[in-house]
Amino acid sequence: MIANLPFIAVAVVALIGIVVILTRQNLVKMVMGLSLVEAAVNLFLVSLGYRNGGIAPIFTSAPAGEMVMPTVQAMTLTNIVIGIATTALLLSFVMLVYRKYGSADAGVMRRLKE
Amino acid sequence: MIPEIIIRNAPALLIAVPMLAAFITPVIVRAGNGVMKAWALLATAATAAIAAIVAWQVLDFGTIVYTFGAAAPGLAVPLDSGGIPVRIIFTIDAMSAFMGIIATISAFAVCLYAVASEGRQTGQEIFFALLLLLEVGILGMVSTGDLFNFFVFLEINSIAGAALVSYRIRGGLSVEAAMKYGFISTLGGLIVLTAIGLLYGQYGALNMAMVASRMQFTMLDGIALAMLVAALAMKSGAVPMHFWTPDAYGLAPASVTAFLVVASQASLYGVFRIVFTLYGGIVQSLDWTTVGWIVIVLGVLSMFVGVTMAIPQHDVKRLMAYHAVSQTGYMLLGVGVGIALLGTSSFDTYGIVAMEGGIFHIFNHAMYKGLLFLTAGAIIYRTGTSDLNRMGGLGHSMKWTMLFFGIGALAIAGIPPFNGFASKLMIYESVYLFNPLLAVIAMVVSILTLASFVKVFHAMFMGPRLPEFAEVREVPAPMLLGMGLLAVIVVFFGVFPEQVVAGLVEPAARALADQGAYIASVLGGA
Amino acid sequence: MIEIFSLSTGTGSWNPVVWLIALAVAFIVVLIIWATGERSYRREGGAAAPFLSGNAEPEKGEVQIRAGNLYWGFTEALSGYYKHLVPLHTGILNDYVLWFLGTMATIILVLAVVR
Repeated sequence: MIANLPFIAVAVVALIGIVVILTRQNLVKMVMGLSLVEAAVNLFLVSLGYRNGGIAPIFTSAPAGEMVMPTVQAMTLTNIVIGIATTALLLSFVMLVYRKYGSADAGVMRRLKE
Repeated sequence: MIPEIIIRNAPALLIAVPMLAAFITPVIVRAGNGVMKAWALLATAATAAIAAIVAWQVLDFGTIVYTFGAAAPGLAVPLDSGGIPVRIIFTIDAMSAFMGIIATISAFAVCLYAVASEGRQTGQEIFFALLLLLEVGILGMVSTGDLFNFFVFLEINSIAGAALVSYRIRGGLSVEAAMKYGFISTLGGLIVLTAIGLLYGQYGALNMAMVASRMQFTMLDGIALAMLVAALAMKSGAVPMHFWTPDAYGLAPASVTAFLVVASQASLYGVFRIVFTLYGGIVQSLDWTTVGWIVIVLGVLSMFVGVTMAIPQHDVKRLMAYHAVSQTGYMLLGVGVGIALLGTSSFDTYGIVAMEGGIFHIFNHAMYKGLLFLTAGAIIYRTGTSDLNRMGGLGHSMKWTMLFFGIGALAIAGIPPFNGFASKLMIYESVYLFNPLLAVIAMVVSILTLASFVKVFHAMFMGPRLPEFAEVREVPAPMLLGMGLLAVIVVFFGVFPEQVVAGLVEPAARALADQGAYIASVLGGA
Repeated sequence: MIEIFSLSTGTGSWNPVVWLIALAVAFIVVLIIWATGERSYRREGGAAAPFLSGNAEPEKGEVQIRAGNLYWGFTEALSGYYKHLVPLHTGILNDYVLWFLGTMATIILVLAVVR
């Protein structure tokens, strides 16, 4: 049960993020929800690599024993950087929408429909 | 006469040339706007040449495996790794080369068009840099043999695409469209990453060939397959996840829309690559009929909902965007029938023809849809409006645009002798043998497509000269050249379909269906 | 020449070159028939102007049938279908995400749970 705790945390955070995206209509809160989902995915990736009793994956003067998987750590770092770019772009879109439409509400940002 | 070093490193150059050009573009604009445009044209032309070299190599010598960072490009599996390919590998088989040709031809035509159509905008260096980055994203998605690398290029695609959609602010409308496109694309990308994480956790590998060779279909693998198919189908605009498509395609500049169509098709390529190559080996545990029917249902819904939503539209680019959704349905239908018949005896009789029809339709659609969006952009460039209720009588003054629009409209409706008819014929005949009702729906959708384009043609070009459009002239030469290039390909593929199918499409379909050859080319046999 | 240019679809074949040759022959026949027409016809001088029982011709923009009116019969006949389909396209971002996640959940159920 304790070993599965990271994955349970992933599910809880992702669920909170998705509920925020679906129920909140303020655009900034929706972007926050997206950030929560992204944080959940990052946690998921890192906890995939963990090996019980493993040490850091550095070869120089390493003690004997199993190492945790380094590939997922690289994937998580890449995803964090991608998340920065995406969040920055989406937030600048929200800023422009607020400036042009006067409101940052998804119920108002619906001039394109049908 | 081509240096050996270029041929050997062509897969890396395919990504490196447009990426380097994209990063140099904001610097080179200091030497003048014209120099920057010439630089962008040179970069897209060079990428097209490299894609042609890659396609020639693949079609003559088989799948190319290019390992980044190894001593020689072909050394996929290091000798001391115990049979595991540890580096990022580009696996370019005939299907990847096919998509690469589509992407580079489309990028060159769009760049040629955008040289004139974006001439009055500010910040043009950003536009061309983002266009080249979007091309990098597409080419990376179709060439890579590594799952996480696919995700990274997918995100490059989404970010560059969203930024380009919002390029002309248009009082906030373009930004609204870009917000919707960027938001849902990012969510889709995160779901793709979760699925990739699930697969890594099961099999400890990110290389597609490695995961495919170790695949046993557990429940987690089924969930990963469903997540990947759903997210990538959403990115390609399948109903009922298509709501972003009319917004983004309708509000982006016309040149960007023509290229976004190719970006969506790269996601469609992703669906096929996942289903055929990643999960292709488990003929016993995976119920191919179910997967095939899921794709077919997505396809039929897209076809029908797309075209019926298009008929009452009065904004020309939004109408064409709904048609793009509808035509994506044809590709899904064709390849879905191929998936449903995989492993059965009918696959070699008419299943492969359905797949070839769907794959040929990808190329045809990129060409005639790009042409249609570029003509719509030409009309908007000259008249300043995109509302069909306010246009009329432009055929008197814009004869070349009318000709190109006519070619595109007849091609999308599937009228001989254009290329749309050739691919649709293959889809109709093979799908009819699978299930007659699907073929009937496809033909009805084709008729409705013709109907709505007759409406657009009449509204834009027919009728008397209107007084408010008295000073409208033909569009500048670079725009005509960009449209002309696509129109020539539409006509050429229509008149010589057998050469195209035998030379390009059939190797692509066979490469997609043959999972064993893909795995063997990376992992080295057995 | 016939075989090189014909696309075979497994159950039939389509030869665009032969089709184009047939079209060209038909076009030449049409051209010959057209050439036997009246040569002295000129369009200027009111010969091609519309006759509306002597009434004045309205302005060009007002007689042009606009795009929104062209398929009224079709959209009216399918109004029951459109009444349900068009309101689904709300334009609200939350609904877009809801459709996406709902479809994904359906596909997961079909593929992984109900195998």
